[in-house]
Amino acid sequence: MATAAYSIGAPAKQTSPTHQYVAFGIMAGFFAIAPFIGIYPVFMMKVLCFALFACAFNLLIGYVGLLSFGHAMFLGTAGYISAHSAKVWGFPTELAILTATATAASLGLVTGCLAIRRQGIYFAMITLALAQMIFFFYLQAPFTGGEDGIQAVPRGKLLGVFDLENDMIMYYFVLAIFLAGFLLIYRTIHSPFGQVLKAIRENEPRAISLGYKTDHYKLMAFVLSGALSGLAGGTKAIVFQLASLTDANWPMSGEVVLMTLLGGLGTVFGPVVGAFTIVAMQNYLAQFGAWVTVVQGAIFVVCVLLFRRGIIGELSKLINRPL
Amino acid sequence: MFELLGIPPQALFGQLLLGLINGAFYALLSLGLAVIFGLLNIINFAHGAQYMMGAFVAWMLLNYLNVGYWWALLLAPIVVGITGVIIERTMLKHLYKLDHLYGLLLTFGLALIIEGLFRNYYGSSGQPYQIPAELTGGRNLGFMFLPNYRAWIVVSSLAICLVTWYVIERTKLGSYLRAATENATLVRAFGVNVPRMITLTYGFGVGLAALAGVLAAPVQNVSPQMGSSLIIIVFAVVVIGGMGSIMGSILTGFGLGVIEGLTKVFYPEASNTVIFIIMAIVLLIKPAGLFGRAT
Repeated sequence: MATAAYSIGAPAKQTSPTHQYVAFGIMAGFFAIAPFIGIYPVFMMKVLCFALFACAFNLLIGYVGLLSFGHAMFLGTAGYISAHSAKVWGFPTELAILTATATAASLGLVTGCLAIRRQGIYFAMITLALAQMIFFFYLQAPFTGGEDGIQAVPRGKLLGVFDLENDMIMYYFVLAIFLAGFLLIYRTIHSPFGQVLKAIRENEPRAISLGYKTDHYKLMAFVLSGALSGLAGGTKAIVFQLASLTDANWPMSGEVVLMTLLGGLGTVFGPVVGAFTIVAMQNYLAQFGAWVTVVQGAIFVVCVLLFRRGIIGELSKLINRPL
Repeated sequence: MFELLGIPPQALFGQLLLGLINGAFYALLSLGLAVIFGLLNIINFAHGAQYMMGAFVAWMLLNYLNVGYWWALLLAPIVVGITGVIIERTMLKHLYKLDHLYGLLLTFGLALIIEGLFRNYYGSSGQPYQIPAELTGGRNLGFMFLPNYRAWIVVSSLAICLVTWYVIERTKLGSYLRAATENATLVRAFGVNVPRMITLTYGFGVGLAALAGVLAAPVQNVSPQMGSSLIIIVFAVVVIGGMGSIMGSILTGFGLGVIEGLTKVFYPEASNTVIFIIMAIVLLIKPAGLFGRAT
């Protein structure tokens, strides 16, 4: 990968981050008022869950240069754990989501140890295969309910006080989770740890020769990415009161790649814009059945051939500042 | 009747045969992937979709033009191979200078488009395709019943694999191919038209997938989804075998098919996952794959 003439992600450039604070303010402000300007809160909650999922995925592809084609395993696993613990074990909502996140992190540790043994294209194939193995496990495991999934998951009360059955309260709970996850990722990529990750992306042999144990860094990034994807998946299961095989299957892994690619690989805000666009598109095209797949495939092709920077990447080039 | 570890021999040999057949498809597909990857440095995610196209072209030839199985065996790979050539000329050739991952993303998008289109027009239930008259029936081998068509799949795909191996490893054309895999610029300097070779290689690899699709059409339902689950298993096969060696791909493909078949007999719950588990073990012991070179 080090030899590739065009590597994934924006080149590292140090500028004052004021414009990023402004962009963050615009994003947070839009999400805060979205239910009041006539956007359906359940739709926005779906957007927020997928935006967090895509941001977590982007941490790997955009900042370490690792393309995971199996991120559905984290989303699906966390969904099942959060739904099962809330419904069967009677965990309070916040504990169910935390359990799900921790489980996804452990899964990330195990699968990450295997996957980081190879690079580039092999990494993508290995993560895809591992995710498919996990999918078959859920297909057969009795607690997942097979094709039916786990239905009628109780949303419960936040801290025992706020009734999450109310969509508006649930929405701001999800928004808080999203913003916490987003800021954690932002902090990570702007930390010394994040600088090492970018160094690995740009030139791994050189990072090794400088004395960094790149495998440890890659594994840590993988676990973090898996955990945050799990946070998104656990929350999503509570929002929709459903955990199903769809979230664990390979097309979901492809979808998160598409969201990130469309928004802009290796940009801070790209995955959020990509997730919003794709979820909105699925909503409008849902009535056309298999055409959704065709359109998604076409977006992939167009993005790769003509539009590799993605929406935010192009915008960032226009104003000549990283976004 | 004798029994082996409490398993009736009919079940054992039946699953072994099914395993060999699956192995034949794994071998054909991973062979195509390896040949394409060697020269283009692209993992062809659309390989499963092109396998499905092969089966569908055979079905269309029969139902729209009344062209039978034997002609389909020749025509379908050519038709699908030509679409591959078009894809390479119009899209893939722009990606060779970029990060290899873009090739994976582009072919993944193509796979979605192809599958979505077929699902739109033919639904997801699948179409039946008759076994050709010459290969119906079967023979009793004493310990099991061997359907002729299933024997044909194993024998013909083995022959295709060996011919491919021979062409690449033992002929002059193959030596150009192997040289271009090592160092394309140098081979070009010797006056070999490498871009044309790349185009034809992609067409050939895609044609191989389509050929596997035609072979599969009579034993599986011809459905738009037939390739997508297969291609993920084939990726695992490729990771296990490593893409360095043609013979390695063939052996790994058949071997894993047999192991999967045996798992169906002795521990059916794991039959879906056994190949992935083997992949995990191989990654722990020999990360470059059984026949691969360290990258």
